[in-house]
Amino acid sequence: MTVDRLMIEAVAAHPLFRDLPAAEQRAIAECTGETVFEDGAMLMRQGDQAEHFYLILYGMVALELHVPGRAPLVVETLGKDEVVGWSWLVPPYDAQFDARAVGMVRVLAIDAACLREKMARDHTLGFVFYQRFLPVIADRLHAARVQLMDIYSHPADYAEAPSAGKKRGKGKR
Amino acid sequence: MQADGSNPARVIFKEGLQVLLDRLKAAGYQVIGPTVREGAIVYRPIDTVAALPAGIVDEQAPGRYRLGEIRVGEQRPLFAHVVGPDSWKRWLHPPQQLMWRAERKKRGIVFVSASAGGQPPRALLGVRACEIAAMRIQDRVLAEGEWPDAGYRERRKGVFIVAVNCGRAGGSCFCASMGMGPEVTEGFDLALTEQVDAESHRFVVTAGSPSGQRFLDVLPGQPASEEALRRAREQTAKTAAHMGREMPADAGSVLRASLDHPHWEAVAGRCLHCGNCTMVCPTCFCTSMEERTALDGKGTERWRQWDSCFNASFSYLHGGPIRNSGAARYRQWLTHKLAHWEAQFGTAGCSGCGRCVTWCPVGIDITEEVRALGTPQETMRHDGG
Amino acid sequence: MTADPMIPMPFRVVRQRHELRNVVTLTLEPEAGGRFSFQPGQFNMLYHFGMGEVPISVSGDPAKRRLRHTIRSVGAVTHALTRLRKGDGVGVRGPFGAPWPLAEAEGRDVVLAAGGLGMAPLRPVLYAVMARRERYGRVTLYYGARSPADILYRKQLERWGKRRGIDVRITVDKATPAWRGHVGVVTRLMSREHFAAGNTIAMLCGPEVMMRFSAQTLNRLGVSDGRIYLSMERNMQCGIGLCGHCQLGPTFICRDGPVYRLDEVLPLMKVRGL
Repeated sequence: MTVDRLMIEAVAAHPLFRDLPAAEQRAIAECTGETVFEDGAMLMRQGDQAEHFYLILYGMVALELHVPGRAPLVVETLGKDEVVGWSWLVPPYDAQFDARAVGMVRVLAIDAACLREKMARDHTLGFVFYQRFLPVIADRLHAARVQLMDIYSHPADYAEAPSAGKKRGKGKR
Repeated sequence: MQADGSNPARVIFKEGLQVLLDRLKAAGYQVIGPTVREGAIVYRPIDTVAALPAGIVDEQAPGRYRLGEIRVGEQRPLFAHVVGPDSWKRWLHPPQQLMWRAERKKRGIVFVSASAGGQPPRALLGVRACEIAAMRIQDRVLAEGEWPDAGYRERRKGVFIVAVNCGRAGGSCFCASMGMGPEVTEGFDLALTEQVDAESHRFVVTAGSPSGQRFLDVLPGQPASEEALRRAREQTAKTAAHMGREMPADAGSVLRASLDHPHWEAVAGRCLHCGNCTMVCPTCFCTSMEERTALDGKGTERWRQWDSCFNASFSYLHGGPIRNSGAARYRQWLTHKLAHWEAQFGTAGCSGCGRCVTWCPVGIDITEEVRALGTPQETMRHDGG
Repeated sequence: MTADPMIPMPFRVVRQRHELRNVVTLTLEPEAGGRFSFQPGQFNMLYHFGMGEVPISVSGDPAKRRLRHTIRSVGAVTHALTRLRKGDGVGVRGPFGAPWPLAEAEGRDVVLAAGGLGMAPLRPVLYAVMARRERYGRVTLYYGARSPADILYRKQLERWGKRRGIDVRITVDKATPAWRGHVGVVTRLMSREHFAAGNTIAMLCGPEVMMRFSAQTLNRLGVSDGRIYLSMERNMQCGIGLCGHCQLGPTFICRDGPVYRLDEVLPLMKVRGL
């Protein structure tokens, strides 16, 4: 299989794959292309098959959740070097969010079926890939939980002792 | 011992003590001393030796305080008691204090200082070694930092201290293991050692300051013999050997290492969070500010009063208290007193007076709690602690 | 400072600016004239006549004569303070506490991470840095707010980001349809590319949980605990280490803080309810 020299370099340069053995970098590069999305373009759509996942080289991608009758809600934005999408790893491989370009976005697009097939054949590739992908997922899950905590809310919204006594603001700031 | 070999210490009698009181009053001092009120010995202004708790002894144990009578032949000792629920803190760092007044004027708010002036200097009679130690501890906090408390410094500066070497140790006392008593060694003007036997009732008096010496020199009595001084020292040494309790020597490091110890929950289960220990403690200094506004809305007063880290509101931050469990509040008190105080002020925060042990309504004994916290956690679990 | 640090100095409100819902900035002048000097990170005890005192960080420009405080209404006293109008009197005691490490930051890259109202105590750092911009390396502000409507000093920060050599990166927890900026927690903005990890001073201010996660992220990006500073918050009543309320283990936040180096307080932050 022939693969673009520049694509191998692009994969090898990404923080996620930087320290992989050359063979694995090459295998991933064989499934990778580079793509540009214009402002507002969709990288993936909620409910569709996740045919690709993306590594952002430039620009910002918004993950949106759609609720009928409401404006699309951006739950998270992703920037340079970040991973867009892991539904392609989880059967039945349906995308769970809309991913939309905010401004022009340049990405490495990895063909999900191609990589899945290689990982199924080469468990070493599968292992090193999961080894790098899982911390990304854990980190994002952690961030999502902190985001859920609504830590900047007005204290009265989440008072530990409901306003049974006197309410006094004694904190600095 | 003076340079010429004479001994400046004197032996005086009850009449001599009354002369001392009179001379202190004549010098402008208000004399505060131990006296019995409502079944306890407290520190109040006194005029005569008759106000002192003659023939009264206190029986103390964790959660227990009773006054009883004591006689030696026909003699009734004046200082057979140890320390009660009151402490000299009441007079130096009062429970309530007006800090300033403010008025709303056309040109903004006008603040008027409520100065500590206008009060007479005070002579404190019957101060024990642990209590002098407690004052020194409060001095570090309130008078010797970057921002000293003006009122405290004023009151403290003018104080004349007539100390007493303890002739017995109470059931809750542990000053010896804290290195804070029972012998009075510094920070006093005069020190008395009461000696009572069937024949006589006398006081060996030594001076701890030039001003104390001036009072001592004119007291009726006689120079103290070497024998009298030796007996006084022996008596205090005997007190040191009979302490009711003992604080483990490594209390500070034990507590610093135990912030997550399961035993805090166990203590919290017994603790009523009443704050008694902090109120009777002679070193606890925490206060809260309160605004007292005149009904016409034009004037207001800023008052400061004793507060306790056992109150949930003490650590209140918008939303709720930081120390929101009894265990967290108990831990704050004990670790502050015995460990963190050292880092904050370069001294332990406890003088070993034992008041917190006696006046705890459920009899929590901090020396025992430190011992429990020093027990390896594995053992605690096997014991069901 | 008056002779007795417990007695407030009379000040007058010369300007009241609505910032956000429940948040105002008061500009104050001493009745006696003169200027109020402070170092970024320090706080004052602000007194409202008849209500009481609260500790509030100074949020204005240390080079300016007038004193600025940004106050969120969270209790009776802060509520009353946010309702003061031009000409009203107010009492000020201070400045108290340890400042941000601006001298140590000279010659290094500077990272500021603010969460919510934690932006206010960091604003004086930005003023100070801009006044002597050449003394510092790259300066990055990461700012996490609840929603686009809750971004404190938004216009000013956007202006500074465009023209004053400060890399301003703002994110919100909850977006609105019109928002085209970042969404997510503040740590997601942080990147090795914005600063030289080995030569960076970081200053964090916000809810404790936000500062803890920010510190962890900065650690991962190569900034050590000894180069990370944060501003702690506790109940304070005297401001000078006498009342005991603001203790954090062996320290008093009013006296030893509010700004601490992370390695000094990290063990304490890990103990619940300390």
